[in-house]
Order: sequence, then structure tokens, then C-alpha cells
Amino acid sequence: MDNDTPFDEMLRPDTSVREAYQAFESWFSSEDPAHLRAKAREAEAVFRLTGITFNVYGKAEAAERLIPFDIVPRIIAAREWTKVSKGIEQRVRALNAFLHDIHHRQEIVRAGILPVDMIARNDAFLQQMIGVEPPGGIYTHIVGVDLVRTGPDQFYVLEDNARTPSGVSYMLENRETMLHMFPELFAKNKVRRVSSYPQNLHSSLAACAPRKCDQDPVVAVLTPGIHNSAYYEHSFLADQMGVELVQGHDLRVVDGRIAMRTTQGYRTIDVLYRRVDDDYLDPMNFRPDSQLGVPGIFDVYRAGGITIANAPGTGVSDDKAIYSYMPEIVEFYTGEKAQLENVPTWRCSDADSLGHVLDNLEDLVVKEVHGSGGYGMLIGPTSSKKEIAEFRKKLQNRPGNYIAQPTLSLSTCPIFAKAGLTPRHVDLRPFVLVSPNGIDITPGGLTRVALKKGSLVVNSSQGGGTKDTWVLEEE
Amino acid sequence: MLGKTAGGLMWMFRYMERSENIARLVETGQRIALTRPDRAEGEWASVLKTASAYDAYMASHDEITGDQVVDWLLRNKDNSSCVLNCIENARTNARLVRTGLTREVWEAVNECWMTLKDELARKVASKDLPRVLGIIKQRSAFVRGALHGTMLRRDVYDFARLGTFIERADATARLLDVKYYVLLPSAAGVGSPLDNAQWEMILRSVAAEGAFRALHGRTRRPTDIARFLMLDGRLPRSLAFCYAKIGDNLRYLESDYGIRLPSHDLADTICKDLEHTTIETIFETGLHQFLQRFLSQNSQLAAQIERDYRFSQ
Repeated sequence: MDNDTPFDEMLRPDTSVREAYQAFESWFSSEDPAHLRAKAREAEAVFRLTGITFNVYGKAEAAERLIPFDIVPRIIAAREWTKVSKGIEQRVRALNAFLHDIHHRQEIVRAGILPVDMIARNDAFLQQMIGVEPPGGIYTHIVGVDLVRTGPDQFYVLEDNARTPSGVSYMLENRETMLHMFPELFAKNKVRRVSSYPQNLHSSLAACAPRKCDQDPVVAVLTPGIHNSAYYEHSFLADQMGVELVQGHDLRVVDGRIAMRTTQGYRTIDVLYRRVDDDYLDPMNFRPDSQLGVPGIFDVYRAGGITIANAPGTGVSDDKAIYSYMPEIVEFYTGEKAQLENVPTWRCSDADSLGHVLDNLEDLVVKEVHGSGGYGMLIGPTSSKKEIAEFRKKLQNRPGNYIAQPTLSLSTCPIFAKAGLTPRHVDLRPFVLVSPNGIDITPGGLTRVALKKGSLVVNSSQGGGTKDTWVLEEE
Repeated sequence: MLGKTAGGLMWMFRYMERSENIARLVETGQRIALTRPDRAEGEWASVLKTASAYDAYMASHDEITGDQVVDWLLRNKDNSSCVLNCIENARTNARLVRTGLTREVWEAVNECWMTLKDELARKVASKDLPRVLGIIKQRSAFVRGALHGTMLRRDVYDFARLGTFIERADATARLLDVKYYVLLPSAAGVGSPLDNAQWEMILRSVAAEGAFRALHGRTRRPTDIARFLMLDGRLPRSLAFCYAKIGDNLRYLESDYGIRLPSHDLADTICKDLEHTTIETIFETGLHQFLQRFLSQNSQLAAQIERDYRFSQ
């Protein structure tokens, strides 16, 4: 973790081109930059037309915004991917076992590995899920594991997204756009396909049909509606799977099952891929003021009448305090050492750790345990003295609310800027599907890139962009 | 398909149709204003009435001027049925039913909205008006073309078409009702320049002046015009044409779903009325009364379809 020289995924320190990027580089250097710039603008027009936008809450004018797309692909060699995907598989297996355990015997607490508070006082933990057996034993049907890279063989998990990972539509549309704009590149490189994701998602969900299902499983996607920031993705996935996109008011309980109002009456749904948060899922069991959910759906769920994906309560494992225990969690449930490393993490609830963190704020990244989207965090090295001082107060007031990590020197991948190729920091979110039939990891994922020079913040809400992510076939 | 989706589709195509009809009305109004300035104010008032926008306009304006009427009909946000609002509503409905549309139809609607949002961001200068009206009609045609060319002929398509024809029948009937007095047989043979202007406006508003010439040559008799717009099943904007289509699409739904519903009976009744009546009978019973009854039946049908196919709870 050397801060000074980030790992460049395309160029070796002697500026020669790494193998995975060689075909791309020779193509790129023979292209006319003006032509490529025109293509980049074309890509933006295509995104705008397709409607691949995300909504920004509270900004009427810029209600639908595009995430900037960079035309330089992020390329991962076959060997690198094999290693990463094995690690992801292990981690996701452990996550499911962990989620089952904490809702049943809590062996991990009995074994003295995880303090009971980590569960009992976790906002995402749902008492109502205790003892519930989700269909097929699956809690996290869809997972996004955020990875960062710091060296040739050094990948770290930055966070787990087991609640509702978003962004998969960008993975798919980015690839479509690249195929459309630069077909010749795909003739020169053997890139593994991502396009079967929607079919895999459909089969994976169908394989988790509930006990009471007595038909070819009917799957539907539940969205909060067109004003949700990820609405495009919800409609995209429903469309690609060929299933209905429903809202709470399209659904009701009929004879102990969940049914949707169609033009021909109510029709039973077996598996609901919901993009509505736990709290809003069922006004009779959770937030009573929710307009987005279905009254009584949780009772139907408990009685084996519907599969809810992901299962309610899975957000527990997204918590950054739980994250800090992941190496132990993986080892406890798989009996093996975690293949993917965690970023070393100080829990500020611990007095010694807090002392260390307070002494080194200018070198650390401090994150809120329940926060997301890059808000409520401090990146020490790029913050002003004033910002650090303000954050120090917040930290001292509620230390239990924070964890701290060293600032990783994230790897870089070039972007196509005015001056040509120039390195920018990237992360990676591969998408994982879990069913009783196994774990399926799409080769690739969503690469997010910090477009600002030197910036480590890749979040789309704060100036990040995306790239097509290539995993190359084995030679 | 979801009941909500059926409703969204119907409204999406109602709004698309409405925006095109308004563009045609504005075009006609503008033409008369340019060629017969003395008639302008009266014609703009008719245009507003035909677009069901007269009362709201008068509530917020002191006088009728071409500029203000055009702005009101095309882009004034206080007018819920202005073209810009229609296109925005069409697109919002399209987003809602996105999974029922092909990528081509969605992109056509989305591009229509993106283009017109820019064009109508500020007041349209009169020199730009023909171009902008052209864009509205053209964009609407693109959406229709994408629908015809790419959509599976099943329930989704039927609901889209039902929306189109219910809206169109409403627009044509409204146009005739606002002008019914110039179509009465008593107006025949008058042939004053004034009446000619009115008749021309009617025909232009439904893009039928060429078609009418092709069928009737130089003679323009109000009875022929009224018959053409109401009972001629060959004219795509006539009441008879719209109802033949509505009947077809409801029949497809009936056979697709294997169930006949109250809306089918209601549509058949309206259809038969149009088939079996003559223009002379209509004049005898009263053109205005006939059109009023038609308009009310047309909206009853829309409401019945909404109930039969469970658009809402």
C-alpha cells in the first residue's frame, strides 16, 4: 500500500504495455483522436436516447442525469479473473451462511467471534426474520462485491452489497455501446460475454421458487416507481428478463399468495425481485406509512407463499462494522482462510483503535458504519485542516458510528481525455447470482472511475464515471 | 399484462395523438391568420374551443392574439393540454410501461420529448412556427411508425391503438361541433368567402383537404364535408374510421383473452350507429345534438375499457 505510485493496469513502470492491453493499445494508437472524440460524443447521445439515466433526488431541473461513460475499456486477464472470482464465490457462500446463522442459532456469537451487539444493534437486522427459512435457503440472490486493486495480484474487498446492489444495467449497456461503436475491437480481443446476465438472473430467481409454487415460476420486479433513482435499471431488468415490472399498488394478497392485477384479473407471482427497501416492503409488518409495499406480503413470505429476493434483513451484512469482521466470518463458515482480503479496518468503538485513528486522521479514510454513496465520510489526505477538525468532533461524539481504513492507492486505468490517454483511479463491482443450483459470477462487472485527476471517489453521485469491463478468454 | 400497463399505454398514445392534433389546429389557425387577417380573432377562438382550451385561456388572458394563443397551445405550462405537457405525459407513461414497448418505440418517444423540450423551451418566433409544427407532426409519425414496424400484435398493441382512436375520434368530433353551424345544410349554396375559410379550416385540421379534393373535385358542399369527416370509413380521421379500428382492436382483445366485456357491446353500439345512419338523418335530428351524444359515448367507452381491463384498483 504505497501511496506514491498507484498500480497502472495498462502500463508497466517502464511504460511498456501490459499483455491484456496490447491489442487495445495498438488499435488505439492507429485511430484518429478526433474520430474517437466524435465516437465518445455519439456514445453519450446513445445513452441519452436509450434513457440510461439516474434520477437525482430533489433536483427538478436535472431530474434525469447521465453517468459519464469513458470509451477506454478496463481489461482483466483470464488468470486475474479466475483468482478474483474464486475469492468472490467463497465470500458470497460465507455471507449466506452468516445470514442464515444470525437468524437462527447465532453460532458465531456463541463461539465468541462476533459480539452480539453487532447484530442486535444493527439497524438492518429484522427481528421478524428470526427463524424464517427463505425458499431454497438463499438470503442474497443478487450480490455486488466492490473490489479495489493495489497491485498485480492484490485485490481488496471494499464493501459487500447484499441488500440491493445496483449498476448491473450499466454493465450491460456499456458493453452494448462498445459493441455498437467499436465492433472491430471485439474481433481483435476475445472478450467474455456478459449479455446472458438477464437470462441467468431469471433462471436463478426461478430456481428459488417458494414451497407453494405450483406452476412454472412467475417472476416479477418490484420498483418504487419512476421517480426512484434506479428506475431505469428496474425497467431494464424486467424488460430483459421478459417479466412484469410491478409497483406495490399492482399487488395484493389473494388466497395466501401474492398476485398482480393484470388486464385479465389477478395472477399469482412466485418470485419477487424487489428493489424496494425492507422498511417499505409491508406496511402491516414494517413501516406503517409505506405506500410502496404490499400489505401482508411478509406473512405470505413466512408461510412459504412467495420468494422475496433479496431476503428481508440481508442489509445486516452490508454494515461497515460487520465488514470489519468478514475475514473471521469467512473462516468461521467455510473453514478456509479468506481468499480475498479485507481492507485493514479500525473500529472506532474500540478505545485503542479510536486513539490511533484520531492521531492519524490526515492519512486515513473514515466512514460511517451505515453510510452509503460516499457521503458522511472523510478522506484524510485530500481534506483541508478545517474539514479534518470538523470531522474529528463528529468522530469523538459518536465513535461507535465510524470505522477507519488506510487510504488505499487504488489502481488506475486510462481514460480518454482531451490530451489522450491519462490514468484515473478505478474500482470494480462484479455481480453475483446465488441459487440452490450454485453461484454464478458474470465475468466483468461495473468499473467505476474517478474522472477527476487524483480523486479516489468513484461514486456516480459525486463525479464518477463508468467503463466497459472486459474479462479476456483464456488463451 | 398488468392493468396499469394497459392504462399507461392507452394514455401514452392519447397524449401523442393529442399533441399532433393540436399542432394541426395551430397550423390551420396560423394559415387563416395570414391569409384572412380579418377573420383571425374568430378563428383563434375556434381553435381554442376545439382544443378545449378556451375557458382556461380566457381566464388568464385579456384578449385573443395569435401569438398568445400559439404559446398557450404549444408550451404554456398552465395549460395542461399544451403540446409540451402532452409530450411530457406521453413520455412519462412510456417510462411507466417501458417493459411493454420495443426499444424503437421507446427511443422514438424519448427523442420526441428531447427534441421538443428544446424547441419549446422558449417562445416560438412566428418565423420558426412552421418548422416547429412540422417537427411535432413528424415526431408523432416516428412514434407511430416504430409502433407499426416493431410491436408484436397482441394486447399491448391493442391498448396503444385504442388510445389513439379514442383520442382522435374525440378531436374530430370536437372540431365539427365547434364549427357545426357552418356545416348545416342551410349554409349550403351560400359559398361566401367566409364559409370557404371555415370549411378549409375544418379540412386542414384533419389533414383532409387533399383527400376531399380527390373525391369531390372543386365542389365544396358542407354536407359532403360533414359526411366525409363523420361517416367515410376511408378517411383515417373520420369518426367511422376511428370506430372501425376501435371495434377491431376490441375484437382482437376479445379473442385473445377469450372473454367479451361490456366495453365491447358499447363500442358495437356506437359503431352500428355510425354505419347505419346517413348524414341527412343526422341533420334532421340535429348535428350538434348528434356530436354531443357521440362525445359523451366516446368518453363512456374510455371509462368502460378502463374498468373492464382493470387499469386501476
